[in-house]
Amino acid sequence: MINQSLFTLNRRRLLQMGTGAIAITALPGLALADEKAFQASRKAAFGNTPINEGRVEVTLPPIAENGNSVPITVKVDSPMTDASHVKRIVILSPRNPVPDMSHYKLGPYTGRAEVSTRIRLAGTQSIEAIAEMNDGSLWSGSKSTVVTLAACAIL
Amino acid sequence: MSSIRISIPETAEAGEVIEIKTLIQHPMESGFGRGARGQVIPRDIIQTFTCDYNGTTVFEAKFFPSTAANPFLTFFTRATKSGALTFTWTDLVGETWVETRNLIVSE
Amino acid sequence: MRASLIILALAIVGCSQQTNQPNANYETLDEVISGYAFLQPETQALQDDEFSNPGYLWVDKGEALFNEPAANGQSCASCHTDEDRSLIGASTHFPKYDERAGTLINIEGRINLCRVTHQSVPKLEYESEHLLALTTYVANLSKGSRVAGELSPKVQSNYDNGQAYFNMRRGQFNLSCAQCHDDNAGKSLRGDTISQGHSNGFPTYRLEWQTLGSLHKRFQYCDIGVRAEPLPGGSQTYIDLEYFLANRGRGLQVETPAVRR
Repeated sequence: MINQSLFTLNRRRLLQMGTGAIAITALPGLALADEKAFQASRKAAFGNTPINEGRVEVTLPPIAENGNSVPITVKVDSPMTDASHVKRIVILSPRNPVPDMSHYKLGPYTGRAEVSTRIRLAGTQSIEAIAEMNDGSLWSGSKSTVVTLAACAIL
Repeated sequence: MSSIRISIPETAEAGEVIEIKTLIQHPMESGFGRGARGQVIPRDIIQTFTCDYNGTTVFEAKFFPSTAANPFLTFFTRATKSGALTFTWTDLVGETWVETRNLIVSE
Repeated sequence: MRASLIILALAIVGCSQQTNQPNANYETLDEVISGYAFLQPETQALQDDEFSNPGYLWVDKGEALFNEPAANGQSCASCHTDEDRSLIGASTHFPKYDERAGTLINIEGRINLCRVTHQSVPKLEYESEHLLALTTYVANLSKGSRVAGELSPKVQSNYDNGQAYFNMRRGQFNLSCAQCHDDNAGKSLRGDTISQGHSNGFPTYRLEWQTLGSLHKRFQYCDIGVRAEPLPGGSQTYIDLEYFLANRGRGLQVETPAVRR
């Protein structure tokens, strides 16, 4: 993804100008996170604990007409009781300049393991949410979205 | 003056899980954007958000540049006792915005 | 998804009764459709949600400013009281000819006129946070009312000027407003569907701006888009264009604060 051809970038920049960007734009390619940074963020948040797939449901629109504000909901399958609950949710992006998107702390008092917000997407990608349970286990889910106009490429 | 909107029910039953929505006016400058003359616009984001319920933190969020301008959140908490819910947003330089709402809980 | 969009578009057109109205001044569009119909469902949902639509941050702020007295003790609400309710539907008649100003003015101009004459405070700068908030609050009072788009002989020349601007090719791309919004509305321009270019949702929260902006800011972005020199916000030609658009979009419901791409 990082090796997107310059041709594509130029076309995109031309396109933005055509659709009304007011001035110079940042080169999106230079600021994109790579796989290494993404893995580093994962490790910084959770160390070497293995991450299981499942129990986490990410909801995103299939197409985002503007990457500046995309609704996302993360739901974790948990009874949210003292005995079994979600402690933490981390949302990560493989393509934004900063892989960490947002972190949440929850507990049994939260009642329901669900959070919604609006995020920026610097391009088409698959967003991952990882939940840490009170027993220390980690679970993840992801969802991909096609961004028709990248957020960091427009003013 | 930052405009803030908070939605919580006025009343709840003890043990009921209530939905809370918050919206605050903030540009969430990512630090990657550029101005009209090509200059980098410095990063200016809300970094943390907390919701305290009768003095106990029940929900906490940490934001990064990926959070959209005018940060919006929906989350939940379990109603226990009547009291105050305090919402605090803090930006990178430590400026805070605080709002409080009262919840009446019938037992 | 597409089917529901089309149904929605038809519903909006059906409500507007625009197709049955004789319109001597505007004949190009067969049916008048709000920009809302050209949005994806998630963006429509954001506009419809009166809590999370970020435009309401400015409605709230505008309401507070509306009730805030100036140094002379006068607030907007001193004259425009709750009982009076005169501002409900008011924005549907703007821009309009103002006797005192002796010219065509828009809501922003009217707010500034009231500030100077009744509150003895200076005019607010165009596109300033406070003028945007007040304009959004006032326009929001008319949400759901239909754009009146009246024509007055007193401002016929303004109408003509606005129409001329709409149809004039300009900029390095040599494009007029009409070439996109009349001739090609509904067609795709890369990832976007071209709307008819109506003004019924302004001031509008645009995802591209990540903030709320005035109709004149939208004009500036269009002018820059075709590589033309934008005019200053509040300039008479933009007010004339706004007047022309109000007539062109006559019958559409006010959606302020709308959400657009």
